[in-house]
Amino acid sequence: MPNVVEPITAADGTPLKKKLARALFRSKLRAAGLVLPLFAFIIATFVVPIFALMLQGVHNDTFYTYMPRTAEVLNDWDGESLPGELVFATLAAELAKGKKERTVGKVATRVNRQYSGARSTFTKTARKAVKMEAPFKEAILKADKKWKRVEFWQAIKLTSETWTPAFYGAALDYELKLNEGFERKVEKERIHVKLFWRTLVISAVVMGCCLLLGYPVAYLLATLPLKTSNLLMILVLLPFWTSLLVRTTAWIAILQSQGVVNDILVWVGVTSDDSRFSLIYNMTGTVVAMTHILLPFMVLPLYSVMKTIPPAYVRAARSLGATPTLAFLRIYLPQTVPGIGAGGLLVFILAIGYYITPALVGGQSGVLISNMIAFHMKSSLNWSLAAALGGILLAGVLLLYWAYDRVVGIDNVKLG
Amino acid sequence: MSLNYKTIVAAATFAGLLSSNAYAGDLTVVSWGGAYTKSQVEGYHKPWMAKTGKSIISEDYTGGLAEIKAQVESGNVSWDVVDLELSDAIRGCDEGLFEVIDHSSLPPAPDGTPATEDFIDGSLSSECAVPNIVWSSIYVYDSSKVRNWNAPKTMADFFNTEAFPGKRGMRKNPRVTLEFALIADGVPTSEVYETLGTEEGLARAFAKLDTIKDDVIWWEAGAQPPQLLADGEVIFTTAWNGRVFNAVAAEDKSFEMVWDGQIYDLDLYAIVKGTKNLENALDFVKFATATEQLAAQASWISYGPARKSSAPLIGTYHDNPDIQMLDHMPTSPAALTNALANDFMFWADNFDEINEKFNAWLAG
Repeated sequence: MPNVVEPITAADGTPLKKKLARALFRSKLRAAGLVLPLFAFIIATFVVPIFALMLQGVHNDTFYTYMPRTAEVLNDWDGESLPGELVFATLAAELAKGKKERTVGKVATRVNRQYSGARSTFTKTARKAVKMEAPFKEAILKADKKWKRVEFWQAIKLTSETWTPAFYGAALDYELKLNEGFERKVEKERIHVKLFWRTLVISAVVMGCCLLLGYPVAYLLATLPLKTSNLLMILVLLPFWTSLLVRTTAWIAILQSQGVVNDILVWVGVTSDDSRFSLIYNMTGTVVAMTHILLPFMVLPLYSVMKTIPPAYVRAARSLGATPTLAFLRIYLPQTVPGIGAGGLLVFILAIGYYITPALVGGQSGVLISNMIAFHMKSSLNWSLAAALGGILLAGVLLLYWAYDRVVGIDNVKLG
Repeated sequence: MSLNYKTIVAAATFAGLLSSNAYAGDLTVVSWGGAYTKSQVEGYHKPWMAKTGKSIISEDYTGGLAEIKAQVESGNVSWDVVDLELSDAIRGCDEGLFEVIDHSSLPPAPDGTPATEDFIDGSLSSECAVPNIVWSSIYVYDSSKVRNWNAPKTMADFFNTEAFPGKRGMRKNPRVTLEFALIADGVPTSEVYETLGTEEGLARAFAKLDTIKDDVIWWEAGAQPPQLLADGEVIFTTAWNGRVFNAVAAEDKSFEMVWDGQIYDLDLYAIVKGTKNLENALDFVKFATATEQLAAQASWISYGPARKSSAPLIGTYHDNPDIQMLDHMPTSPAALTNALANDFMFWADNFDEINEKFNAWLAG
């Protein structure tokens, strides 16, 4: 006969399990209620904008919004020879409408990104389109000679497609061609891939410099008596609280060829007045300034980890015969790995997105991909390309994060 | 525009929304800051406020259309009048970011000449904007520094590293830079844009730039070049003439401008689409770009007034009656002997493509 286990019941007869679940549910609800504002805030100001922007990288409906019928009739065009009268007539009608509603400029700017010079062709033809009569093909061809080029029509057809991989292609130095697919740009016009690599390398170098400089400082902070270490801590934090621009400008004054460092070197006799070192407006300047600015992000996590390491461990290793080097490498260093991981990750990810400092001190060899993104957001207004570049950067960071988790383990990171 | 687009913009201007509603004046005028904004406050803002009894909030920005686009797309416009470069005015007008201004409604010159004829030729080409000043890109050297060369005189000298060894400052932008290269290479100013429009011409400009590439320090903000020159970081630098004048007149620097091959351009006022202060904005733009105000501004900075009728009214520097402002303007006869007008139509068409090539050239 099987054993029937009676569920334990509470005083009022309901099963205890159920009662507990109900009690927990209530407190869970309360906890969720407390987190909800932050959660909503993050969704509204962080997650939604990022996804919406990512979408911009593959979705651009400018052409379709303002010239829907032209986009539709172009759908049936084979892309091999000049389109027929129907396409020209639709185009003329929509150009005239665009002229009246002042939307033709938006379309023109959009097509101009695909085909240089399209802007004036569109605005010029739109001006004339108001008075055009059939046959429209003849009239439009007469308005501007670009309409006679099949490549021009191919570019228009490409921009008329709402969903397009063209921007991601451009972000990797590939050009999208109708009926042919992606084609790599010629050597001297490739730029983005180069900048992505440069960004990764400079960020890694900055991270390395921060670690080399920050580790001893953090060690000192963690081991010195409280009075001295507090003073040191203020010295670490003081620049942290100073404006980024001020610190960057200070580096210009220090590093430029007529600056403090070069003056001292000339005075000491290391170099002559005519051959001063170029320490700024190049990669060196970017690395130096960024290392200084990001140093606290390395020191603070390292310090918080080192603070918790009992000095007895190293002492024990020494008393068992380990040399100072061995004791450091085998006992102390492994215990600080969570701090190194946290600091390294923080510095690297911040460095990847830096653009003000490289813009000011980077010259031509110290410019990063973020400068390009800022340019397309701010100046050229090509937000789709900016989104594609940003999307690739984000994917790269997530990939590195994943690799890091695989190698070191994200649970090992300690931020404080 | 699609929904997702609006969401980004709405989120991007979230902060702006909070701050813009906090304090609303009668009119917000946005310009480039520094000595330039100062000249506008003295020449336009103060007289307008005195005349109408309304208040103006003056804000600074660094150019570009991103903020304006964000404000217009999200429907939360906090800037009313913006001072723009011509290329941005045209691009923004195309993108529908600005109100159309009826040029025939602008006040005539004191002698009755209609505004459409009083503004210098071609300057009213954007129907969304009204020009206020003519500014110029030139190059400049510091005559107080002892060098073993004679003073440079031509654009070719800027590119001559043998006779003039040392670093040069240039704006990190293909605009003006490529034109300078062609002028230095011997292309007459009248043929510069024609040449630049061809594949070979563009290659020729880059080839000329190649000869000084290792000697160039690239600047991005207008305040940088006078600083680079004062620090002795460069021997020459391209610059905007008003910034240089300010360093000379207000800070007693001994900078000398070389006007040969100068490229002049316009700054304009445009009204942001969807502003709540449209009436005030229109009134301000008409007031500020009238003959008398343009001439008043010219005593504060050496940018030329965009109206021909302002020229006879230009006086001396507000702080020093010995400085005749007309001598320092891009529109003075001496400055115009070998000058080029920036072809904004060329750049509106070709900027994206050439800029891509320029960036690739820089990184290469």
